[in-house]
Amino acid sequence: MSTTDPAPSLYAARVPIFPRRVSGWFRRFKWVVMIVTLGIYYLTPWIRWDRGPSLPDQAVLVDLAHRRFYFFWIEIWPDEFYFVAGLLVMAGLGLFLFTSALGRVWCGYACPQTVWTDLFILVERWIEGDRNARVRLHKAPWSLRKFRLRITKWTSWLIISLATGGAWVFYFTDAPDLARDMLAFGAHPVAYTTIAILTGTTFLFGGFAREQVCMYMCPWPRIQGAMMDQETLTIAYRDWRGEPRSKHRKTEQAKSAGDCVDCMACVNVCPMGIDIRDGQQMECITCGLCIDACDDIMKRLGKPTGLIGYLALSDEAAERSGSTPTPIWKHVLRPRTILYTTLWSLVGIGLVYALFIRSDIDLTVSPQRNPTFVTLSDGSIRNIYDVRLRNQSGNAREFHIHLSSDTILRIELEGTEQSQSVVVPADSILLQRVYVTARPQDPAATADVTEFRFWVEDLDSGSRAFKDTTFNGKDTE
Amino acid sequence: MPDNKEIDQLSGVETTGHEWDGLKELNNPLPRWWLWTFYITIIWGIGYTIAYPAWPMVNKATAGLLGWSSRGEVAEDIKAHEDKNQALVAELVAADMTDLAATPDLRRYAVARGASVFRAFCSQCHGSGAAGATGYPNLLDDDWLWGGSIDEIAATVRYGIRTENDDARFSEMPAFGDFLEEAEIDAVVKYVFSLSGGSIDQATLETGRQVFLDGCASCHGDSGLGDRDQGAPNLADAIWLYGNDPEAVKTTVKYSRFGVMPGWDERLSEADIRAVSAYVHSLGGGEE
Repeated sequence: MSTTDPAPSLYAARVPIFPRRVSGWFRRFKWVVMIVTLGIYYLTPWIRWDRGPSLPDQAVLVDLAHRRFYFFWIEIWPDEFYFVAGLLVMAGLGLFLFTSALGRVWCGYACPQTVWTDLFILVERWIEGDRNARVRLHKAPWSLRKFRLRITKWTSWLIISLATGGAWVFYFTDAPDLARDMLAFGAHPVAYTTIAILTGTTFLFGGFAREQVCMYMCPWPRIQGAMMDQETLTIAYRDWRGEPRSKHRKTEQAKSAGDCVDCMACVNVCPMGIDIRDGQQMECITCGLCIDACDDIMKRLGKPTGLIGYLALSDEAAERSGSTPTPIWKHVLRPRTILYTTLWSLVGIGLVYALFIRSDIDLTVSPQRNPTFVTLSDGSIRNIYDVRLRNQSGNAREFHIHLSSDTILRIELEGTEQSQSVVVPADSILLQRVYVTARPQDPAATADVTEFRFWVEDLDSGSRAFKDTTFNGKDTE
Repeated sequence: MPDNKEIDQLSGVETTGHEWDGLKELNNPLPRWWLWTFYITIIWGIGYTIAYPAWPMVNKATAGLLGWSSRGEVAEDIKAHEDKNQALVAELVAADMTDLAATPDLRRYAVARGASVFRAFCSQCHGSGAAGATGYPNLLDDDWLWGGSIDEIAATVRYGIRTENDDARFSEMPAFGDFLEEAEIDAVVKYVFSLSGGSIDQATLETGRQVFLDGCASCHGDSGLGDRDQGAPNLADAIWLYGNDPEAVKTTVKYSRFGVMPGWDERLSEADIRAVSAYVHSLGGGEE
């Protein structure tokens, strides 16, 4: 190395990408996915779900203030967070499954970064025109027209970003109330801050960072590399069919050329700005737009489509030699994907099972052991229990508390005047002090430990729950 | 020293002269932004020590222009908390305590507040679980020396037992060791235990009963059931403040006892006294 060479720069300036409009099966599929996912995102907070008078009627609500998570008919309290953990495990395994079978389908179709970038590019095209117009505008010096187009584009992006950030907070508070408060500038500052941050990130990520988020910020492309193997279906260029590429179709040398006419359609439509013909690349999000672009050209040239298409790398040899490649179902159904499916299903079945056996009466009994027992004036022995009753429903419920044991024990509820019923208000936990007493002549009074069972019964529905616990007698040596 | 200045051939940057296994450290200047950030933090730091308590002086540190202190912050927090509970406190102070059960929310607040008052001021003698100890009454049972209604409990808490306060609970048992023979004391102790089912022979019963009726019944009652107006304990039940043990009872008879409890009217607020009474009342022995 000569001494005058400057140190190599580690900084790569972004090369602007101007994806061209394309039409075809994958493009249509992506529109559908975009409409469905954005529709779910924007509309879900507005779905109503009646839960009774004292609970929120929003179908999906993360109520941080009261530590509740509502999802349609399911209500999750903080101690049941394993349901959420289970869903996350399922989401993870689902990603593994889809990635090992179909490559980076998450990146290409469903990732919010992809969906929003797609939307932003669509808006960009409506305002500034298609690829060539945008390239010209990019190179043109600042003028009134360029200024007007840019301002229109940025304003449109900002409105989308605001809607995106705005929709997010609706998941955490009652949406209609919050919308009203926000318009009156009376909402909580946290709401405005959250919206501001999310608006900013949406605007930057969707409008400017775009593919750089995937390339430099996101760990998933690296992880996905480990999830894929030779059998995974992914998007690739059939170089054995396309090479040597040639633009000159009419000349002599074209006779020996491959199908690729080097029209650059696949490169021009790519939102990541790569050339799929260079082979598998970390940058490729497998959005399928190059397939649409190439198929379109091939049809016009009267050649078979599929020069770029979904294939497994293990089929390359078979395809090269012209023999039949492995059928697609064999790529999808193999030990690895079956294992992921099995694990995914097991977690899912476990969660559903847990959800169904979840008792609608939640009872905990903590015996008070300071002191272990109390002697009353007539010599009776009393034990004290803190009974916690949980009512997850939106209505107050009346519970009857009693006990069963092999020996004689009496039960008394603190502050209820002889009644053995307590009313638990809606959506709350009631702490009830319960006294269990054995008269001096009862065996439990002198036995070291007596086992018994607390029963709780919902008088309306008849559902019951129990908890086993123990009674401490007086130590008689 | 200019003579020692060594320029790295490759980068054209001066080296520090430090060398490890042939590797030399370049003496690159700090990046501008870093340097400016550093200067700004210095300026910020100076401003901070002026605004907030910082410099140690002989007696205490400088107070800072903003007048902030961690103690003040805690006081503010406590004040904010009390302000929040003001309505409930006012309600509690005005409430008819005998009818507290009619307002479950207020009762729940009183019991919760009372529980924390109890842990701070009462648990030292009565125990954190309120089970008491020898000489310190168990508050979980149904036996009360001075009455177990919520107002009676409040009166005991407010003025104390055997304190200087004119309204305090006051009683004093004579030390019978000064008047009675040893044998008479033994007999009366046996008699007292017989009231709650202890075995006794006929002769001792006769002597004991006579001694009891002469010396004890005026306060403890002919049947030994006690008298709450005088704070005379029920001797016929299963609860023994100084131990279920003839020796302990004999000591009581001989030398008397003089348990005291401080009055809290000057140390606790009215709301706290009411709250802790509600709490004690809720522990299992509360009476109407």
